[in-house]
Amino acid sequence: MTTYIIRRLIQAIFVILIVTVMLFLVMRLLPGDPILMLVTETEFETMRQEQIDHLKHEFGLDRSLFVQYFDWISGVLRGDLGLSIVHRSSVAKELVRRVPITLHIGLLAFIISIIIGIPIGIVCAVRRGRWLDTILTVFANIGITVPIFWLGVMMIYLFALKLDWFPVFGYTSPFEDFWLSTSRLILPVFCLAVTPIASAARQTRSSMLEVMQQDYIRTAWSKGLRERTVIARHALKNGLIPVVTLKGLSLSMIIGGSVLIESVFSIPGMGRLAVEAIFSQDYPTIQGVVLLMAIIVVLSNLLIDLSYCYLDPRIRYS
Amino acid sequence: MSETGTRQIELMEAPPHVSEFRRFFRVFLSRRIVLFGMIIIILFFITAAFAEFLAPYDPYEPDLYNALLQPSSKHLLGTDAIGRDTLSRIIFGTRNSLMVGVIALGIAVIIGMTFGLLAGYFGGWVHSLIMRFMDALMAFPMIALALIIAALLGGGLKNVMIALGIALVPGYARLMCGQVLTIKENDYILAARAGGARNIRIMLSHILPNSLPPLIVLITMMMGMTMLAEAGLSFLGIGIEAPAASWGGMVNDGYKYLMTSPILSCAPGVALMLVVFSFNMVGDGLRDALDPRLRGVL
Repeated sequence: MTTYIIRRLIQAIFVILIVTVMLFLVMRLLPGDPILMLVTETEFETMRQEQIDHLKHEFGLDRSLFVQYFDWISGVLRGDLGLSIVHRSSVAKELVRRVPITLHIGLLAFIISIIIGIPIGIVCAVRRGRWLDTILTVFANIGITVPIFWLGVMMIYLFALKLDWFPVFGYTSPFEDFWLSTSRLILPVFCLAVTPIASAARQTRSSMLEVMQQDYIRTAWSKGLRERTVIARHALKNGLIPVVTLKGLSLSMIIGGSVLIESVFSIPGMGRLAVEAIFSQDYPTIQGVVLLMAIIVVLSNLLIDLSYCYLDPRIRYS
Repeated sequence: MSETGTRQIELMEAPPHVSEFRRFFRVFLSRRIVLFGMIIIILFFITAAFAEFLAPYDPYEPDLYNALLQPSSKHLLGTDAIGRDTLSRIIFGTRNSLMVGVIALGIAVIIGMTFGLLAGYFGGWVHSLIMRFMDALMAFPMIALALIIAALLGGGLKNVMIALGIALVPGYARLMCGQVLTIKENDYILAARAGGARNIRIMLSHILPNSLPPLIVLITMMMGMTMLAEAGLSFLGIGIEAPAASWGGMVNDGYKYLMTSPILSCAPGVALMLVVFSFNMVGDGLRDALDPRLRGVL
């Protein structure tokens, strides 16, 4: 098992390394000039050539790409993601302020999707073909289809404008005012959780159905075990393995979805920051946000792979 | 010759013989929801092809005297803030959705399959290099990747297609690689090699056709996902640019008039959902119909 963990760790570090190289190269090579990482486009257009050269020299942009990459990555490791060219402030500081908001919403959505999605899938598998299964499966199929930004807009219309149940827009820290914070979060968290709930339910249902046909489940039944024991002790543990893989993907989906949901509900999180940065062509900020998103995804996938050790003894003993 | 001989005998001995093709259709269309999805998809294609003839009004022509009309017999879904007919814009929106879906997927399938094929076939360091690269690409949420590309190249139809195409590559590469790894262990590959076939021939005429069924399922499933992602980007304002009609952009345009004309945001979302749902259901149906384990059962 230790070998497996070490191998996975090295792999994750390697992947993060490639991510940084890709991000660095893309940001350096594609746009007109890397100097745009330092000044806005309008400033760039009004600058004289000597000024540009001076700036380039000052920030080391006239050195080789290799050296530049190491400069940048050593900065990143020290927590220096450069300065936002719009706000002239540290990108890292802005991220520190915004990431907890996105994590708060995203983790809530993730946990809810597990607590609700997996039991729905189990119920469907156990009651296969009955009316409950039919209804829940239809809902799950709609859930993986619904455009979440549209769902958000419709929720605002129904629950905030028409029924006036929840305050919409913005974010309050739970440490400031727990109830206000929670009531503001209900709609966005629900929107973010819908697709992961539905996909977890679908995956749980189909993998449980597959496991329930195995010989050892028949053995468990024929030993005279109760339904609850057969399902909870024998079927679930194997049935959940593919679901765990899927939950890794849904984390990436939630992080991506936060870009949309934070825009719909005007939540000042990481996703909203990315969209704002695109519109103001604030390249260092975009680079910082996307790098952080990718690292969060890699690390959470690592955690999920490690949780296999617990779930799947075949990995533990190999 | 002898190989076909034994095959025929096996088939004759197998109890009632069912043609593969008929079996496929029977399983595929056995669920009503799949049939429903298939009909919606066909309607969707027809709408995209004949948008000019089907749309009651010009989707781009502003008509300020008739702005923000509620649904009526003249404008079935009302009009938007500058008086354009919502139904006509939804009808024209099918084109953009379909085009982004098809082209982005096309890019992803071609690049992803090529990399997957190479990685799976050659194994070793080629495999590690390609697959780690794909892992890294997969680490970016689809929208984040699209945001970066939009930041660098700007928004617009073409860049959305490139962005989504690149974002979808790793999925196909992984699936293809897994397929190739199992297929290349088959005896017929060994036979082809013994017969003196070159690598390229084995890859293209023996491995590729045998790996297609799961890819077709994934393509159908991802069609809906791609259209959803495009709508998301257009909603944010970095996808298809106005005045072109895109469903995501229309939801955003209507957002400002939510209190008075909720239909402006609601209708394009419903259209999008219906189409994505249909692609998912057809994908499910295809998966069941192509599943070899169900052979003979149904």
